[in-house]
Amino acid sequence: MKAGSTVRHVIEKAGFNPESFLAVREGKLINEATLTEDGDIIKLIAVVSGG
Amino acid sequence: VKCSKCGGTAVINMRQHRLRLCADHFVEWFVSMTQRTIEKYKMFAPADKVLVAVSGGKDSLALWDVLLKLGYQAEGVYIGLGIDEEIGYSDKSLEMCHNFVAQHHPSAVLHVVDVEAEYGQTITTLAHTKQRGRGRPCAVCGLVKRHIMNRVARDGGAMAIATGHNLDDEVAVLMQNTLHWQTGYLARQAPVLEEREGLARKVKPFVRIYEREAAAYALVCGIEYIYDECPFAKGSTINFYKELLNQLELKSPGAKQQFYLQFLQAREGGKVSFVEADRVELQPCVRCGQPTTAGNLCAFCRLWE
Repeated sequence: MKAGSTVRHVIEKAGFNPESFLAVREGKLINEATLTEDGDIIKLIAVVSGG
Repeated sequence: VKCSKCGGTAVINMRQHRLRLCADHFVEWFVSMTQRTIEKYKMFAPADKVLVAVSGGKDSLALWDVLLKLGYQAEGVYIGLGIDEEIGYSDKSLEMCHNFVAQHHPSAVLHVVDVEAEYGQTITTLAHTKQRGRGRPCAVCGLVKRHIMNRVARDGGAMAIATGHNLDDEVAVLMQNTLHWQTGYLARQAPVLEEREGLARKVKPFVRIYEREAAAYALVCGIEYIYDECPFAKGSTINFYKELLNQLELKSPGAKQQFYLQFLQAREGGKVSFVEADRVELQPCVRCGQPTTAGNLCAFCRLWE
């Protein structure tokens, strides 16, 4: 992913719905408008569970 | 993006509330929203003992955490279902509950009921061997959980059982009930199910909170929870509806909230009404004493015959 993309864009690019995912960088929750930087490792967390 | 309250860095943007909050203000908002929901629907009072049904997942642990922070007498109940399915699902879930207590609320009371140890079979075995369970482990599981929760609530003198159902859970059920015009369910679906004839009162303090926010709260507060969902819930219809509703939410922020809360308002205001099927009288089961419509043995006791 190119540096300077928003987290929302990263989630969408991965084929997911930003309403169904949260993003974490270095263990911290980041909002969807956060811009990514070179070397960032962003973990996407699915929020939907059920049963 | 800046926090709407303090100008710090926002960790979450809640478009349906037009609110962006930093970690501290999000936690404050989340706890206060839960408290306002408890008051709005008159769920319970500070002096009442509440039993929180915990599964090791984000919603129930977040709920227990919030209730304890608010000073409620909230005890946890964990039901060991014995679901392994090669991922050690139940073992991991229990570990999450124990870790939560140890790390966040060391003096909290957690009741653990292990289905196999108490009754001789796990949910997985029951689902394979019993007529009721054939291909429907969730039906057996629901029955077992309802029975045990009710028993623990009754034995422990709890005023209510609180579950972590969030707005996404409720709106998905509403969608399912609407698509099938299940008028009996539409008449009953509510944030509070009142106590009746031996059935404990049930409350859902997270009904105005999106699932995404419950997960965010757990992450921000460092609450470790089980990411895996129950192996039997994979591909469930409810999850399919949740995904559909999130697609709607993406295009139309607030759509989920509107659908659910306006349904409650319309019903309460008499703009829509659904006829509830005639209530069958409940009688105590001759073995366990819990209420049943069946007469003689309840469905739970018949499971072990």
